[in-house]
Amino acid sequence: MKTGAQLLIDSLQAIGIEVLFGIPGGVVIPIFDVLYDADLKSVLMRHEQAAAHAADGYARASGKLGCCLATSGPGATNLVTGIATANFDSVPILAITGQVRRDLIGNDAFQEADITGITRGITKHNYLVRNAEDIPRIIREAAYVATTGRQGPVLVDIPVDVSTSQVEDVVPGEVKIPGYQPTIEGNQRQIERAAEAINAAERPVFYVGGGAIASNAAAEVKAFAEAAHLPVTTTLMGLGAFPEDHPQALRMLGMHGTPVANYAVMSSDLLIALGARFDDRITGKITEFAEHAKIIHIDIDPASIGKSVPVDLPVVGDAKQVLNELTPLVEYRERKEWFDQIAHWAENHKLSYQKNDKVKPQYVIEQLREVTNGDAIICTEVGQNQMWAAQWYGFKRPRQFISSGGLGTMGYGFPAAIGAQLACPDATVVDIAGDGSIQMNIQELATVARDNIPVKIAIMNNGFLGMVRQWQEHFYNRRYSHSSLNGNPDFARLAEAYGVLGITVDQPDQVRDALEKAMETDGPVVLDFHVDPNENVFPIVPPGERIDRMIDLA
Amino acid sequence: MKKHVISALVSNQVGVLSHVSGLFAARGYNIDSMNVGETEDPGISRMTIVLRGDDQIIEQVVKHLRKLINVLQVKDLSAAPYVERDLMLIKVATPPGRRGEVIDLVEIFRGKVVDISTRDMVIELSGPEAKIEAFISVCRPYGIKDVVRSGPIAAPRGAKDE
Repeated sequence: MKTGAQLLIDSLQAIGIEVLFGIPGGVVIPIFDVLYDADLKSVLMRHEQAAAHAADGYARASGKLGCCLATSGPGATNLVTGIATANFDSVPILAITGQVRRDLIGNDAFQEADITGITRGITKHNYLVRNAEDIPRIIREAAYVATTGRQGPVLVDIPVDVSTSQVEDVVPGEVKIPGYQPTIEGNQRQIERAAEAINAAERPVFYVGGGAIASNAAAEVKAFAEAAHLPVTTTLMGLGAFPEDHPQALRMLGMHGTPVANYAVMSSDLLIALGARFDDRITGKITEFAEHAKIIHIDIDPASIGKSVPVDLPVVGDAKQVLNELTPLVEYRERKEWFDQIAHWAENHKLSYQKNDKVKPQYVIEQLREVTNGDAIICTEVGQNQMWAAQWYGFKRPRQFISSGGLGTMGYGFPAAIGAQLACPDATVVDIAGDGSIQMNIQELATVARDNIPVKIAIMNNGFLGMVRQWQEHFYNRRYSHSSLNGNPDFARLAEAYGVLGITVDQPDQVRDALEKAMETDGPVVLDFHVDPNENVFPIVPPGERIDRMIDLA
Repeated sequence: MKKHVISALVSNQVGVLSHVSGLFAARGYNIDSMNVGETEDPGISRMTIVLRGDDQIIEQVVKHLRKLINVLQVKDLSAAPYVERDLMLIKVATPPGRRGEVIDLVEIFRGKVVDISTRDMVIELSGPEAKIEAFISVCRPYGIKDVVRSGPIAAPRGAKDE
């Protein structure tokens, strides 16, 4: 005989969970009781939202299923933002929540929340476990659903009396879910048609999204792009899917993309979208987006195809598999005129910033790249810090850039960095933060201090909700309503209070030394860079405008 | 906008209705009606959903329904010939001396009187939406006290014999 809680921990180990992030509470005490002597690492976080983000960061950095655990009611609702973040960016996490006793469900019991109802729209699927015997099957199904097809979060809600009930040990059979059969292989005829279109294109652009990373297809992306000789642009989520120093790289497109990427897409006659979803931050004015281009859309999620833009040639399937089929069918074409045009745009519209006597955030990130040899795993918060990181670090490999792209969750980066560090203990993991975002999960300094998790936090401290301030400057007549964060703490001293090394930098000539010192430190560090408060992210496409109409005042 | 009849087979599990209705709410799709009933397999229910929208919206609806784990099969019946029936219970006032007129109407429409009192009667009628609507309008002069409709259920027509 085993308890439901024992079955749960056995099941988690059986599906390969090695680390879980969580916080105990009333109805999950039986589960934590089993964890007390289980061979499963668990990280005690300080807020459940951070536990969900850490599981997410772990999953993005490793490609494996992340796992978080919270109690019922407020514990579960605190996970919600983290689950929604993972759902939007198609990240496989398994969220386990405790629930009140079965006979109290629906009775407004202490710490009760209908978490399966609340997370219905932000999970790929969720379960309320009614019998302990079902736990092994449900955990296997949940892991299968989370990590196949278009990946995403799955929540399993377990009433406390299910956790404590004694049942016979159950060995789950094969996973059989009749309503869930993701399409992995692309249709052969569609792939042939795609190859014909690519071979005929004069001005093609290969537009690569996060799906390429989720599918572990970076090598295939490179092989395909080189075989057909295509310029490659990536979305924010696709950063690292194609090396940014590659001669065919246009780098990121969209609202804060490179001018060359945006010009190329808008002038293209064929856009090959792979694992990307034509987000409004990518397309700008959608009716005029890539208006001369025929569109091939390769995606594992049929509902992504044709959602935002009409698609000429859909291919439903896994990115890696489809590219493996497609690459042998494409021909290398010089396309000299097109590449000359691209080189001209690239040469005349470089990303830039003006130096002055203040610390420039772009400079900090350039220096960070040098100090870390461009090899660090970069997590970000959301806002200006995120865009500067995306523009200035230069990503070489997949799973190197970890950021909340779809939901845009401030407070994501630091806990995600904790997860990434647990997944990659030997990597240098840096959270590029803003002074606004970092305060949305700053309590996790206690977690990194206690477990000596050597995450480095680089705060681009401009005393503002910087992206809001920038929009107010450009689009709201400089009415800086509620975007100034005066009253911020001294972040270095705050770090010290948690037992974490804190370094304040307010001169450009201190940047390099501070970064070097942080990287040499065997433990977490908070770097508080007092950056130029007036610095903006350029270029910027005004909301709703064509993406080739960028403002660039740099 | 064109009317579409979506027929979906779903696992008969707790929460499946909220998954489906939640999807419509979250994506802003307006539905005319939704009908759920068991199939020959008690583990599987059939949902018949009637909604209006252009082809692009309907295609998205179908794709999103197919993504739900508890949804086994989704068909847009309106893409081919289909039979549709709506069931109605209607309570019509029968003013003194006019009960016979109402019963005549029931017979013309091949309905059935299922309850009767001195002041009104409850009539059962099934048929395509247009027939139901027509019956409601001919009853209106007598006074309609209640209308209860199931919303359409539908099935594709069989293959034509060559």
